[in-house]
Amino acid sequence: MLHPRPHEHLEREPLLQLRGVSCGYGGRAALRDVDLQIMRGDWVGLLGPSGSGKSTLLRCILGAVDVYRGDVLFQGRPIAAARPRIGYVPQLETIDWQFPVTVEQVVMMGRTAEARWLPWFSGADRKLAHGLMDRLGILRLARRHIRELSGGEQQRAFLARALVSGPKLLLLDEPTAGLDITTRDEILHLLDELNHQDVTILMTTHEINAVAAHLPWVVCVNGRVLAEGTPSQVFTPEILKLVYGGDIPVTTYQGMTLVAEQPHHFGRNGADV
Amino acid sequence: MFEPFQYEFFVRGLAAATLVGGLCGLIGVYIVLRRMAYIGHGLSHAVFGGAVASYVMSINFYIGASVWGFLSALLINMATRKRKIGADAAIGIVTTASFAVGIALISRYKTFTRSFDAALFGNILGVSQGDLVAIIAVSAAVAAMLFVGYKYLLFTTFEPEVAGFYGVPTGWVDTAFALVLAATIVVSMQVLGVTLIASAIVIPPVAARLLTNDFGVMVALSTILGAFCGLGGIYLSYFIDVSSGATVVLFSAVVFLAAFAYNTVRERFLSEGASGRWLGRAPGSQ
Repeated sequence: MLHPRPHEHLEREPLLQLRGVSCGYGGRAALRDVDLQIMRGDWVGLLGPSGSGKSTLLRCILGAVDVYRGDVLFQGRPIAAARPRIGYVPQLETIDWQFPVTVEQVVMMGRTAEARWLPWFSGADRKLAHGLMDRLGILRLARRHIRELSGGEQQRAFLARALVSGPKLLLLDEPTAGLDITTRDEILHLLDELNHQDVTILMTTHEINAVAAHLPWVVCVNGRVLAEGTPSQVFTPEILKLVYGGDIPVTTYQGMTLVAEQPHHFGRNGADV
Repeated sequence: MFEPFQYEFFVRGLAAATLVGGLCGLIGVYIVLRRMAYIGHGLSHAVFGGAVASYVMSINFYIGASVWGFLSALLINMATRKRKIGADAAIGIVTTASFAVGIALISRYKTFTRSFDAALFGNILGVSQGDLVAIIAVSAAVAAMLFVGYKYLLFTTFEPEVAGFYGVPTGWVDTAFALVLAATIVVSMQVLGVTLIASAIVIPPVAARLLTNDFGVMVALSTILGAFCGLGGIYLSYFIDVSSGATVVLFSAVVFLAAFAYNTVRERFLSEGASGRWLGRAPGSQ
């Protein structure tokens, strides 16, 4: 289990605030009436089934979807005007792994918007990137092609790119998807460490026990925000039924609230229940 | 061996083919990596429409065709941004329509005195001093723009949407790229012709990709290979007495085959373990 710190808010003003936001694509709202506050230092997980609007919510913050109603504010200002530095880590499955880039080139992309008129990066930028890569344990892989890395190393490379941009908010889209148990644990501990170093994190996940149960704060989404709170507050059969549309039993293990899948024939070698 | 160099037209053609080859190789990297290989072929056809239109309207060929090509490239970009239309379909629609405009103008104004054979199939020996100056100017401008925009182009080519999230002005980058692409196609038409430009844009970067995993190295390698194919193809065409454009393309195909064979052998050595260590890691292999 990680060490989720209490949801303490050092500042009164939210870092990010969504007020009555409805957003989507091509005139069709994928999310409706979203009210959400992210305070500085938060680590929030967006949980919901596939197609529930988790990634759309991240893309709404990034300005990549149409907002039909409501306001997206960053430190009290409309986000489009505030233009904050946001580090975004996409789902690894969206990456073109055949693209000829090395780990260092990927990480340096996070500094692209700096030194606009120079085709190369400054020594200070490189030093910053190398420091981060060292911190995330991938400096030795700097010259390697991105496809030659393990899943965990690839995730670290894209995390380093996000961090090197000096973000005020880190958005991660399914950062543990497709990773094995050990690597997933490594990534979660790394994010926990970053969060304790004052990095505000908002991430999506569809893994309830493996990921969401370890987070300090969880927001349940399915077309709209259905519930939010600590895992023990939101992991109730009633809320989970609302989110997933089915009966999901809840249990407790070593102080952690976990969900238990209902027994069914599949996976029992056809034996009668 | 040095016999062809006594002819001024040959030297001019050789210089033009080398520059155009390098230019197409350079810009081709971004096109191939964006998975828009067909755009070279399509846009050259679109520019043909512009060439005919500029002739009919008595506008300078370079200006008319460049503006036409630029607008076509922008239209393709706009259509591609619509999620429902893929890049390949957008290229197919815009460029064939544009090419059809050229054909329609030719059939409408049958009093044409100018032959468009050179535009279609290339005529390296017909490269004038003015054409060479235009090629040099465009090559210098394109190289300068791609050099200055290197960081932006790399990120935009790798992850177009994410680049925007990180503050890269992707709309401007795409517009600037459409401009340099159109200019490249226009100056390349005289040398390679509408029908053969695609090979100069696609083959060098694909061959370079087989040889490296590093973007910067790929850009340099593709430019060098493109220039080499242009130079080698024209030089060879003099001796074998075959159309210059066709020889450049066939020479490029041989270079690609060599790169492919090298990559295959290297992969095989690597898969056999320690014996392949000295060869390094094969691009595209894990």
